[in-house]
Amino acid sequence: MRYSLFNVIVNGLTGNRFTGPAWRDASPKPEYDVIIVGGGGHGLATAYYLAKEHGLRNIAVIEKGWIGSGNAGRNTTIFRSNYLLPGNEPFYEWSMKLWEGLEQELNYNVMVSQRGIVNLIHSDAQRDAYVRRGNAMRLAGADSRLLDRAQVRAMLPWLDFDNARFPIKGGLLQARAGTARHDAVVWGYARGADQLGVDIVQNCEVTGFLRDASGAVTGVETARGPIKAKKVALSVAGSSSRLAKLLDLRLPIESLVLQAFVSEAVKPLVPGVFTFGAGHFYISQSDKGGLVFGGDLDGYNSYAQRGNLPVIEDVMEGGMALMPLLGRLRLLRQWAGLCDMSMDGSPIIDIGPLPNLYLNAGWSYGGFKATPAAGWCFAHTIARDEAHPLSAAYRLDRFRTGHVIDEKGVGAQPNLH
Amino acid sequence: MQITCPYCGARDAQEFAYLGDATLKRPDPDLDSAQDAFHDYVYLRENPAGAHEELWYHSAGCRRWVRVARHMATHKITSAQFSCDAEAAL
Repeated sequence: MRYSLFNVIVNGLTGNRFTGPAWRDASPKPEYDVIIVGGGGHGLATAYYLAKEHGLRNIAVIEKGWIGSGNAGRNTTIFRSNYLLPGNEPFYEWSMKLWEGLEQELNYNVMVSQRGIVNLIHSDAQRDAYVRRGNAMRLAGADSRLLDRAQVRAMLPWLDFDNARFPIKGGLLQARAGTARHDAVVWGYARGADQLGVDIVQNCEVTGFLRDASGAVTGVETARGPIKAKKVALSVAGSSSRLAKLLDLRLPIESLVLQAFVSEAVKPLVPGVFTFGAGHFYISQSDKGGLVFGGDLDGYNSYAQRGNLPVIEDVMEGGMALMPLLGRLRLLRQWAGLCDMSMDGSPIIDIGPLPNLYLNAGWSYGGFKATPAAGWCFAHTIARDEAHPLSAAYRLDRFRTGHVIDEKGVGAQPNLH
Repeated sequence: MQITCPYCGARDAQEFAYLGDATLKRPDPDLDSAQDAFHDYVYLRENPAGAHEELWYHSAGCRRWVRVARHMATHKITSAQFSCDAEAAL
């Protein structure tokens, strides 16, 4: 059913008698052209664009739990394209453009809200760095604007502007950045893919891979039996190393935990997203009114989807230093997601490393904003067996050839990213 | 999380700096295969969702390197010894 004002009125007056499930709960067929492992935002977006842009129909998305039960449901819902490096910025800007048209594309309300992001500046050196970044963004066709102190004060009057150690000197604004309803993104892509004939198979854990004599991947072993496929695409952030191990591969990825927090709901307070430039702290306000914020990774490798107290303390200290009124709010809940931290902090969208295998991994803590473009480029890579120009830098072999994309300049130490 | 340092005793993990996988061996730079071997050494990780041998530096304590056996999903620590002792025992 196509969602429209007419349909809302008709269904509202008839007790929703004509609405069905938004997507089928499919059972796996014995064979597919493409199997996408992982029913998160990226996997479902990949399936959607494979069907929509490349005309493939015999596609399955198989998911261990229910769709969107992993990081798609655990992020802080921000999208932005304020990157510096040429390998990154055009990709994220394309993602931004897809976000801007996503609701019309999917005929689904994903609550895209372009409220803007401000990265605060606390020193002259930081201003120089943000001027450079803003210019790099503009060169890639994105929007950016440097704000002085008075302009930041007009937007965010309750910040601690005269903090003795980290006074606020200005900010870099990207006005087109914003937030979206993370679950709705998953549901919208699932519904769109389903309408194009994609089978979405839930509660179907991949337990192994089918290989032929040459080592090529020919399908997957699952909890619901073997499924053959001409192409197998992995899109399993958080579990990439675990699935790679089933293929005797090692990836340039370590798993770490990132926490997020929500306060009790208050009236509209934070007009967009803003980030602390001296500590690691970022915050926005949800449509329900809760302040959504986060900070650094828990500093050591972990597969535990829960956070530890020292990082909670660190994030709260960052928040209090920047925004003292935060101390009057109560924390409502806290959770953690599992991050595929790649060795340079940038993602991998590539063919291989085995025949018939495709890899979308290593999104570190920035996968949500990339959801539309990652699906777009990964679908292109799968359908045409070539890298999409926008994701051409996200090769798996860049670590071997020295073409790493290290935005932060930290090196191969993911816990410090 | 607490780590039992062999010298200082049970201390908060916050006193330690984390390095990571302790089983990696620095390759011989003079070998013909050194370029590939260094790629694997610097970038590729087993990253298991289970038992993990890892190096922690007791930076706010005795400043010694400690080799810790920790479960990546439960964080349960099964052993912690000076890395030099652990290396010698291997």
